[in-house]
Amino acid sequence: MSDEIDTQIRTRSAGQLGFVVAALLLSLLLLVNLPGQTLWLENSKSFAAQPRFWPAVAIVVMVICFALHLARMRRRRFTKLDMAELRRWAEPLEYALWFMAYVIAVPFLGFLPMSLLLACALTWRLGYRSTAYLGLAALFAVVTVILFKGLLGVKIPGAVIYELLPGGFRNFAILYL
Amino acid sequence: MDILFAAIEVLSRWDVVLALIAGSIGGVAIGAIPGVGPAVAIAILLPATFSMDPIVGLTVLLGIYGSSMYGGAIPAILINTPGTAVNALTTYDGYPMTLRGEARRALSLAYSASFFGGVFSVVCLILLSPVLAKVAPMFGSREIFLAALLGVILVIVAHRGQMLIAAALTGFGIFLSTVGLEPVKYSRRFTFEQSWLASGVDLIVVVLGLFALSQAFVLLTMDDEKVRITKSRGSLFQGFRELARHPRVAGVSAGFGVLMGMIPGVGEFTAQFMSYTSARKLSKTPQAFGRGSSEGLIASETANNAVPAAAMIPLLALGIPGEALTAMMLSVFYVHNVVPGPGLFQFQMDFVVALYLALLLLNVLVVGFLLVSTGWLVYLTKIPNRFLGMCILLLSFVGVYSIRNSAVDCGVAAVFGLIGFVLKRLNLPIVPIVLGMVLGGIMEVKLRASMNRVKTPLDFIDRPIALLLFCVIIVVLGSTLWRVWREWTPVDRRSNAKKASTHFTKRIAGRKTRHFETRTKKQRRKRSYDHLGS
Repeated sequence: MSDEIDTQIRTRSAGQLGFVVAALLLSLLLLVNLPGQTLWLENSKSFAAQPRFWPAVAIVVMVICFALHLARMRRRRFTKLDMAELRRWAEPLEYALWFMAYVIAVPFLGFLPMSLLLACALTWRLGYRSTAYLGLAALFAVVTVILFKGLLGVKIPGAVIYELLPGGFRNFAILYL
Repeated sequence: MDILFAAIEVLSRWDVVLALIAGSIGGVAIGAIPGVGPAVAIAILLPATFSMDPIVGLTVLLGIYGSSMYGGAIPAILINTPGTAVNALTTYDGYPMTLRGEARRALSLAYSASFFGGVFSVVCLILLSPVLAKVAPMFGSREIFLAALLGVILVIVAHRGQMLIAAALTGFGIFLSTVGLEPVKYSRRFTFEQSWLASGVDLIVVVLGLFALSQAFVLLTMDDEKVRITKSRGSLFQGFRELARHPRVAGVSAGFGVLMGMIPGVGEFTAQFMSYTSARKLSKTPQAFGRGSSEGLIASETANNAVPAAAMIPLLALGIPGEALTAMMLSVFYVHNVVPGPGLFQFQMDFVVALYLALLLLNVLVVGFLLVSTGWLVYLTKIPNRFLGMCILLLSFVGVYSIRNSAVDCGVAAVFGLIGFVLKRLNLPIVPIVLGMVLGGIMEVKLRASMNRVKTPLDFIDRPIALLLFCVIIVVLGSTLWRVWREWTPVDRRSNAKKASTHFTKRIAGRKTRHFETRTKKQRRKRSYDHLGS
């Protein structure tokens, strides 16, 4: 079996139609917006110096290739399998919301408290409800905060809530937690 | 000699030593956990390395890159699940060996083959350095543009069977690199009057979304798998003796690894595939391949471990990343104002030699670590998928948020995470987007710079290297088009139910399976211990 046949078999067909059509529509939308969103210089030295040149190349490649892929697809009718796959794509939205809630809460409630809360709550939500798993999740959150903010010094600002802490501990919390 | 001493001095710094140890051990552990992989780990750690010295940051990332494939062999051999994507071929021969009770032999062979591949490629890199130092300055803007264009074409061509979609996704990557203020007239491109788009789409945010967050989503939405680990006996040193009996397979596979690693856009998969195929052709027992052949295991593990060091060649010499991981490393160079390319070999040779030596030391460290820790590394494969997903989600936040403390960046990363999730579900390639972004930016700058000195189209290829690269591009494009033309078949849109051949296949399917099951059982009874291919 050649690697090409192998690759074709592994490429999932359910849902591919939805993806390709959406990508093609997006590419066409970008193509329509090309004149309005980029500049064409009259006195440019060469085509390569035109601000519109590379976006045009990229979008034209996208439109042609997505359209050709659609034309070459074996099945171009939307079926129940496609719908099932589209529903499957919506599943991670919940976790994307968890992620964004965490992002928004960290500047107010702090990196350590929010990491502890997210790790334990998400572990609970995922069905690991034993003390061992919740403990492991809490430990993971604490180690992550100590490693990245405490030791590696990544830039995550101190939270608003830390302002309420007493003097010395306040500075420590802003810097390391 | 002075350069060598200067490099040793750099490497003997405590922070570099620590980075080397942390990178190699961390890489092995990450590789041993199926579902994480070096791309996720490097994407998460990337912003953390920005505050480090360039050599320290790069040593950590190189450590993870180089050692993850060693660790990835453990689950590939023991539980038939590759730890990293490039260990997929290892399962073909590693797992059957485990079923025969030869897990330790397989692990030992994988470690020794990986070590050989890693050291071989570093030695090649060192030997090639003087040549690179001479050739690299001959690369001007137009040569770098043509090399980047060749990289883009090879990325697309390498995805056989998915070339159209790979080309479209590369186009998407190039498009992303153009969003924001353009550097000539400072006009805005595709910002839709949004101020947050003026600075463009950050490569690291996209990488974190496409690799780390998407993987977290995949793990969070999948079921946990029951992992059963079989106990095995034997020495972990036996593989080194066995490897010495197959010098030809090891040498050819390492050669393929180095060659494919050097060519932008090709990478580990092609190297592995080619070395495995050639090892089967060279073997006296080709029938043993896929059934626990030691030669097959050596071929796949040697080739994939020879790639990381070789992949550094286009990155260091030309500033052109060959695949996603080196594309991520490129950003570390830029953050520290170290511009990879011809100048690096001329003015910072000690830095380059220090990197080579770090890679060499890394292989020794990793093998030493694996020989003493395989016993407990095995248990990392037992971490449940969804719990692992939670951990990656939390770490992804650190990666994205620490870049510039922006919730918008996190939102963009989440969107790319969802795109990555869809691409992974459909089994479509993600790497073309990242390489399109990186190489698109390089192509835009270099083409503009080179067009200033070009009056007629032929001036563009009037230098030997430019002409050579142009010819290679024509040959690659021509051969690909010729192959597509020859293999062109009209699309068959008849439903499966209408095909007589499908009916026939269905009718014989049961018999075929039964026939092979009986034959396999017979063979197992005949030889409970198999020495084929060793």
